Amino acid sequence: MKILVAVKRVVDYNIKVRIKADGSNVDIDGVKMGINPFDENALEEALRLKEKGIATEVVAVALGTSANQDVLRHSLAMGADRAILIEAGADLQPLAVAKLLKSIVVREQPHLIILGKQAIDDDAGQAGQMLAALLDYPQGTFASALNVEGNEIIVTREVDGGTETIALTLPAVVTADLRLNEPRFVKLPNLMMARKKPIETINAAELGVNLEAHLKLIQVSEPAIRKAGIKVGSVEELLNKLRAHDGVLEGILV
Amino acid sequence: MKILILAEHDGLQLSLSVRQAVTAAQFWNSPVHVLVAGHDADAIAQQAASIHGLERVIYANASHLAHPLAEDVANLIVSISEGYDVILAAHSSFSKNALPRVGALLDVAMISDVLEIKANNTYVRSIYAGNILTTIQSTDAIQLLTVHGSNFTAASLGGNAEIVSIETPAAFKRASWKSEVRSQSDRPALSSAKIVVSGGRSLGSAESFEQILSPLAAKLGAALGATRAAVDAGFAPNDIQVGQTGVVVAPELYIAVGVSGAVQHTYGMKDSRIVVAINQDPDAPIFQVADYGLVADLFEVVPALTAAIQ
Repeated sequence: MKILVAVKRVVDYNIKVRIKADGSNVDIDGVKMGINPFDENALEEALRLKEKGIATEVVAVALGTSANQDVLRHSLAMGADRAILIEAGADLQPLAVAKLLKSIVVREQPHLIILGKQAIDDDAGQAGQMLAALLDYPQGTFASALNVEGNEIIVTREVDGGTETIALTLPAVVTADLRLNEPRFVKLPNLMMARKKPIETINAAELGVNLEAHLKLIQVSEPAIRKAGIKVGSVEELLNKLRAHDGVLEGILV
Repeated sequence: MKILILAEHDGLQLSLSVRQAVTAAQFWNSPVHVLVAGHDADAIAQQAASIHGLERVIYANASHLAHPLAEDVANLIVSISEGYDVILAAHSSFSKNALPRVGALLDVAMISDVLEIKANNTYVRSIYAGNILTTIQSTDAIQLLTVHGSNFTAASLGGNAEIVSIETPAAFKRASWKSEVRSQSDRPALSSAKIVVSGGRSLGSAESFEQILSPLAAKLGAALGATRAAVDAGFAPNDIQVGQTGVVVAPELYIAVGVSGAVQHTYGMKDSRIVVAINQDPDAPIFQVADYGLVADLFEVVPALTAAIQ
């Protein structure tokens, strides 16, 4: 079984992103970048399926500028067998991502495609579902557990109010939630070895996909910041403050 | 111009968020239809028909929709999409599972978790865990979006829309529902609770989480929430995680207990009316978003707070 994992290069989750002075976009020049955390879960799961003897090959694919080579090196260092970079401009929107990934799926014919459930930069959470629809494949989103049984994959999904378990006939698309696994640390020797592995590069223009943006960015701004309040010294003082707010503790005797 | 809302329900009850989506849909001043997909869900279709501001409830009744899968819901929406200019739903694990498929099948972009709808197909939504707001304009003929439920007041009841039953496309078949685990709780639903008591990793264990927070939540009639750290550590179930990748809440009162206040968490609670933070670390970032901060040992003051409420 071959598994394709899509990885995205995003601003490190510890960085507080700023906006450009003219409000035209976020200012991420020189900011620390890394692999989208959910995509690392996706890759980890693929590698575990390989270690269990279920998968035979794990292919990592990234989309965007040549800067994405670093997340592909990271993927190779984690254990991916091959890496593909689809070279395109920055700021691809989810529908364009899904179309480009579809063309790679058609070429590579994986049995399973795993993506992160959302990217922590645009927080859209759409690419996996869109890819599944374009391929007419079943999907298992927000996966916290999965199990391959013959030609089926059993996926436990994190949903509002609990979890749900579904069965999908392969080939299928799965999107990873954070609790799917704990990604391994990359060891330095592996990172050194990964530097020597080739990354196949494909120009997006060769794939015949319409990458036209459907959404136009008008402006970015900072949300109203919640003001810090006051420190209270005791439970009694806290309750006195809360009692002073109309309606907050209505119907509750304090 | 017509608007279609995808309704969410659990087979028994229509989700409150449908009424919030109906309010959002009024922006376009056009007829609004609600799609109820289910099996023997006549009662749910009736509940939907009673929402003010609707012209029609479209009821798709089929056995394979008993636990509606994204594949079937998307195919159903696409089958009736002609004539609709806007397709929307309240943002939830149900809608964000199904609607991107609709976008791909109709070749239109989807706009997730819209905070504000503006004229000329323009929307405000947040990125980077709520740290940045973006204003974007869609160039698509069909507007496809999910809306941030708590930003829209729930439409009132007492309406009487017509209910129209429709044929449902054949089941997708290559996906099937097996089972579910629903968190059993007498507490109010997290996303619509008036008061939320939320715990972080400082609670130390699942037992402490329960012993310290449950009595307070019970006395306040509050829902329980948790940080990702607390959920990952196994102190609390995944469905009560508040934050960027969990539930977003905006209660009247949010009590954060032993919560450090990472941006990924505050994204999910910063629209609360009043925030109380209890934490031993005076420098915890949660105090920057709290109206009232109490620097103290939670194991002492939370039971004291519980005891003080009669």
